Amino acid sequence: MNANPLANPAPQHPVPQHPAPQAAPARGLWQIAVRRLLRNRVGLASAAVVAAFLLLILTTASGLLARDWDQQYAVSFAPPTAIAGNPQDDDAVGQGGTGSQIDPRAPVDLYGVVDPLADVMARIHGLSAPQAAAVAPEPTSVSGVVDPIGDALARAKAVPKSAVTQQRAVSLTLGADKWGRSVALKVVKGAETSVLVGLAAAAVATLIGTLLGALAGYCGGWVDATLDWLYGVFTAIPYLLLVFAIAAVLQQKGVTTIVLILGLTGWTGVYRLIRAEYLKHKAREYVQAARAIGASHLRRMFVHILPNVSHVVLVQLSQQVVGFIKAEVILSFLGFGVPVDVVSWGSMLNETPNELILGKWWQLAAAAVMMAVLVTAFAMLTDALRDALDPRLK
Amino acid sequence: MNAYLLRRVLQMIPTLFGVVLLVFLLFNWVGGDPAYVLAGKFSNPRDIENIRHQLGVDQPLYVQLGIFLRQVITFDFGNSWATQEPVSHIFLSRLGPSLALMIPMLVLETLLGVVLALAVAHVRDSWIDRTLTLLTTSAMSISLLVYIIVGQYVFAFALGWFPVQGWSSTPQGWVHYAVLPILLGLAVSLAPAIRLYRTFVLDEIHQDYVRTARAKGVPEWRVMLVHVLRNASIPIITNVLASLPALLIGAFLLERFFSIPGIGREVILAVERSDFPVIKAVTVAVAVATMVFNLLADLAYKWVDPRVELS
Repeated sequence: MNANPLANPAPQHPVPQHPAPQAAPARGLWQIAVRRLLRNRVGLASAAVVAAFLLLILTTASGLLARDWDQQYAVSFAPPTAIAGNPQDDDAVGQGGTGSQIDPRAPVDLYGVVDPLADVMARIHGLSAPQAAAVAPEPTSVSGVVDPIGDALARAKAVPKSAVTQQRAVSLTLGADKWGRSVALKVVKGAETSVLVGLAAAAVATLIGTLLGALAGYCGGWVDATLDWLYGVFTAIPYLLLVFAIAAVLQQKGVTTIVLILGLTGWTGVYRLIRAEYLKHKAREYVQAARAIGASHLRRMFVHILPNVSHVVLVQLSQQVVGFIKAEVILSFLGFGVPVDVVSWGSMLNETPNELILGKWWQLAAAAVMMAVLVTAFAMLTDALRDALDPRLK
Repeated sequence: MNAYLLRRVLQMIPTLFGVVLLVFLLFNWVGGDPAYVLAGKFSNPRDIENIRHQLGVDQPLYVQLGIFLRQVITFDFGNSWATQEPVSHIFLSRLGPSLALMIPMLVLETLLGVVLALAVAHVRDSWIDRTLTLLTTSAMSISLLVYIIVGQYVFAFALGWFPVQGWSSTPQGWVHYAVLPILLGLAVSLAPAIRLYRTFVLDEIHQDYVRTARAKGVPEWRVMLVHVLRNASIPIITNVLASLPALLIGAFLLERFFSIPGIGREVILAVERSDFPVIKAVTVAVAVATMVFNLLADLAYKWVDPRVELS
């Protein structure tokens, strides 16, 4: 009952500005879809937002922006510039207590490797600096005793105190986190992680789902039965539980791991739809015609049928990205996601409950707003894509 | 009917076997040797050998699979590696808090969702409908983590209306501790529920029988509550039954934030501590529950809508 637009590419919307030749040029599904998409204002706006995000990610991934997001630019919990005009009392205490004493060079070395003991070392440096000034005007070797932290002390003293305090800003555009890192840079860098994980996992899941769905729908028989059994197995276990189980087994953390976890478990929805499409299409005349001219099974599956169901694949891909971005945020929040030296919206949100209690809301606000904007834009783009590619679907 | 039931139950067996096989491969093959996890950082070869023998992982894989199958059938998954508590006891004792949280949440979500969806569908395309659509869209765009973090901070920490976290199994304790998590869970789940149920109601509201009912003078409330609701309830019931297995695992995040000793929190703890027996048991149990509830959903579908043919 579903007339395939490609099988019968009658132009549905004649466009006046093109002077029509004798026979109106046959327009494919994609041309029609692009036209429909361009007419959809909401779809265009959301596409623009998504494109802006992708551009942002391109700049961070290439290192143009936010490369040193883990650099400590400001004092601990420096407020956003907009509200920094009237500093509250507890902010002042916080800055005096921690900000001025921490050596800003300590946590990150030249190679961008984070020193896990940086905080402790910084405190030692800060505490012992005045003592050292009072006690040891001369090298310790006079008494023959070697000062075990002499090197560290010398380094700490070598940095002029005034330079240290000047380097650290008291306010940043979007404020700073506990370690004085810029929330603005973190949220931008976190967008890169979350979106790349979402895109990559969606690509993996859609690829698996499409391949298996094509096999099951096209081949039928025992192949279909086996794959349906596999589908039943994967859908019998709730999605997040399955993800947790795999996360428990795979001990190493990393962006690749989380992409694989999400991709290997998330293929079932695509599989079901693509299988149904292939079941429908394999009996169509154009596939029979391909068979009649001797096209092989593989050719019929992927050269003849696949382009005709590719709109389903694309909509599914787009839908999956949103789901996987959300899943990544939850996983990273729980600590099963990205490793500690990678920032994601999930790991940012993980820091926020404790910050809120101290009244530092800006990191939560930044991560929440960025995520809401991207998720909404992507979801609306998916709707627009679906409307443009398959108006019969609702 | 009986033949249908029997066939469906028999069909569950291969799926369940697949679940068991998947879990087994995951934990006994991909997961590597659990002896190194159990023996801790300071271990010697003899300890590791002992643990391997105790767990049976020095046996060939098919023997291990046999052991696991027996565990599944008797629902005796041994002891937790982290606390030595029997896994079946963990499962049963954590079920109560999860259900105490999830059942009220599901009931309220369904009732409020249906009532609001009927109301919105009744005034469809008015400014109320459009405002609510906008509200639900923006509500759905915010991460549920943000709801929980902000809700816990504002209502428990800042305003002090509710305890920040904790649990008690007495009725007063339930009122004391469960209300805020339930409200936050509702805040997250109500918007998508209204959206979904609104489309179900709108599908029915343009049908001929609705026009007939109006034409013969049936009052509007009766049209909505009796004629429309009865037909819209078919997909609603299916949807509610499909979400029942989630009752078993509870709401991971709510339980974790509010320190509620439910199954969801137990799973997160088990993942953090590499406590494989607990994860295995919960996964298998929830898979069984999912299959049973799917069957119940199909039966309920037939019961609500006699036109449906079970095949």
